[in-house]
Amino acid sequence: MKLTLKYFASLRETLGAGGPIDWTPDPEPTAAALRAWLRTQSDAHAQALAPGRAVRVAIDQALADESAPLRDGAEVAFFPPVTGG
Amino acid sequence: MPTPRVRIQEADFDVGTELAALQGDRTDIGAVATFTGLVRGHTREDDISALTLEHYPGMTERAIEAMIVEAEGRFGVQAALVIHRVGRLLPGERIVLVAVAASHRREAFQGCEFLMDYLKTHAPFWKKETTPGGERWVDARVADDEASRRWGLASANAGSGQGTESGGG
Repeated sequence: MKLTLKYFASLRETLGAGGPIDWTPDPEPTAAALRAWLRTQSDAHAQALAPGRAVRVAIDQALADESAPLRDGAEVAFFPPVTGG
Repeated sequence: MPTPRVRIQEADFDVGTELAALQGDRTDIGAVATFTGLVRGHTREDDISALTLEHYPGMTERAIEAMIVEAEGRFGVQAALVIHRVGRLLPGERIVLVAVAASHRREAFQGCEFLMDYLKTHAPFWKKETTPGGERWVDARVADDEASRRWGLASANAGSGQGTESGGG
């Protein structure tokens, strides 16, 4: 499936801003599965997206649970906990 | 064209001008509560020489707009404005303005506090502090999640570990 990946803040600094990707979901198209697949892409990804790290996800610009399903064409963003205000 | 009620900008804002625009020529508003967040020049540990704010364009505006709609439903908010600055800010500068108009003070106070608590835990902004030892990203605070949950909002933004921070509310 085709997705647009985005990273912000500390994740953007180590992994870049993201961009279009073509991903074959395995086993299922969830944000958690995508995060696990991204970890296999480089040592930097493995570290930044490690299971113990506080990483939040937004799907199509709305905060989402990692178990939420992804649709083809979705925009998926990974970022640290937010600190605005 | 009406001015949008959610604005993300690098430029500073003038609170008086914004409040006058929020009220306009309406005479049904009885109270306006405002919150202004400022950059502090130090945390418990360090002096802060600057704060740099990043955000997620598009999602930020959508998220805050949804929060205002929620505040309207809960508190009878009549009008609201949220301005959040991004980019590099210096100690003493304004970061954020939340202004809420309602018929009476209680609704205005509550709506304003609700919007700030919601924003701190659900709006995609990130702060980086410049300290004598270098730059570092600010950690999210568990206390902000607790403040959000008082309103019945699902909030699990902060990771493990208490953060420190040098700005805003």
